[in-house]
Amino acid sequence: MNDVTLPTVNVEQKLFQNRYRVDEARAHIRIRAQDACGRCETKPCLVCCPAACWRLENGTVDVVVDGCLECGTCRVVCTAGNVEWDYPRGGFGILFKFG
Amino acid sequence: MSERFDVIVVGAGPAGNAAAYTLAKAGLSVLQIERGETPGTKNVQGAILYAHALEEVIPDFRSRAPLERQVIEQRMWLMDEGQACTGVSYRDDGFAKEPGNRYTIIRARFDRWFSEEVEKAGAMVINEPTVTGLLKDATGQVVGVKTERAGGEVHADAVILADGVNSLVGQRAGLREDIQLEHAALAVKETLFLSKEIIDERFGVTEGQGVVIEIAGRITHGMVGTGFLYTNKDSIAIGIGCMLGDLSQRAIAPYQLLEGMKRHPMVKPLIAGAEMKEYAAHLIPEGGYKAVPTLYGNGWMLVGDSAGLVNGVHREGSNLAMTSGRLAAETLIELKARGAKFDAKGLAAYKAKLDASFVMKDMKKYADVPGFMHGNPHVLHEYPQLLNTAAREMIRVDGVDKRTKQKRILAEVRAKRSLLGLMGDAVRFWRAFR
Repeated sequence: MNDVTLPTVNVEQKLFQNRYRVDEARAHIRIRAQDACGRCETKPCLVCCPAACWRLENGTVDVVVDGCLECGTCRVVCTAGNVEWDYPRGGFGILFKFG
Repeated sequence: MSERFDVIVVGAGPAGNAAAYTLAKAGLSVLQIERGETPGTKNVQGAILYAHALEEVIPDFRSRAPLERQVIEQRMWLMDEGQACTGVSYRDDGFAKEPGNRYTIIRARFDRWFSEEVEKAGAMVINEPTVTGLLKDATGQVVGVKTERAGGEVHADAVILADGVNSLVGQRAGLREDIQLEHAALAVKETLFLSKEIIDERFGVTEGQGVVIEIAGRITHGMVGTGFLYTNKDSIAIGIGCMLGDLSQRAIAPYQLLEGMKRHPMVKPLIAGAEMKEYAAHLIPEGGYKAVPTLYGNGWMLVGDSAGLVNGVHREGSNLAMTSGRLAAETLIELKARGAKFDAKGLAAYKAKLDASFVMKDMKKYADVPGFMHGNPHVLHEYPQLLNTAAREMIRVDGVDKRTKQKRILAEVRAKRSLLGLMGDAVRFWRAFR
């Protein structure tokens, strides 16, 4: 089937409406081994994360958890099992006002 | 904390709250631990409340719970790639006269209310510590939980895990595996605010009445998924979910799907002028019956999403969650009354109760659907397109005689699907859904 042009979306603008308590002391999601990311050709984390936390900077995969919605997508979608995924410390992270 | 409890419930979502409430009401000592600042802050749902499940826990909830609108109309839309949409709708104003069967709710508000009820019933509810693991004795019996706090160990005779789709506690304790990629759906949603009056007018309802719209077709670009639009009092919940494996394989971002749906000519006018106040995302366990893990053991039970109890065909999850929480609680209450242990042998009654209820009966009925959808993605892709083409041809009055129009439609169908394909689809569909 033909791929249709998909809209560009400013995710950051959406996240701006959300309420977060950022844990400056602890990032709750980490990459286990950077070379596993280097070997990954598809890097689905970059596309599937609903909060666009996963980026490619100078060829290296990086994750910034400030806007994380704690869904678990990155952990499940990484075929190399390379995501060390945990919840933030209690009371930190996204705080849904409506859910 | 050195206190000991009969039961610890991990998580204060629908399943956890139903369990904790039922246990507390029966006089068992219950500790419920929720990692969010307050219950609801870590939960995401469409959200539709199915009254029957809550009625069995809190019979008079209608006069107490924060309900948005009582649903009186259901629309189902099949959209094609462009401007067209075919749909059916069912509306019954009779729904409005009797006690509501379905209501839209705002999850965070609802969970906060339910949690207050849980506390009133006598349970101890602690917010913010995250349960990091289970305590087991030498025989492997679960005897409590540990939290991230120093000295944060609490003992209990049983632990009910209501910790959601990611169920980290269950995984770390070796009680269940992580959700598999092919069984996970990712949904994103926005809550858009509009005045009550505008919503009443746009959806053709009076105050307090609501509409549910379910959307499928090319909004998911050939991937398996559906969209939804629900009317709350003064807001609209709009979202779209897709199998995560499909999103990954096609390299399509979930928020692109949502934006596409919002721009569709059927949707855009309904949400025009609304103020977006929250953007959320959540995983949904959609593996069905075959993906349900072992649900109990020595001193532990899984309920709700952590037990994989979602009926994706009917978009039901919170009612399965609440019912499973209640049944887990009733199992413990009965065992305690007999002075019996909370071991695997005793807790087997939980599974038996689930099997006897709509929860497992519905899960079993649709056990083959995930496989069917995975093997036949064209169902959500070609058929909406064909339906729209047929409707367009038949509805347009252009001087072409109706028999010719009919032939054109059939030719299009055969070209896309072939007669054999159609029959095969029908047979496979029937086998999977019956």
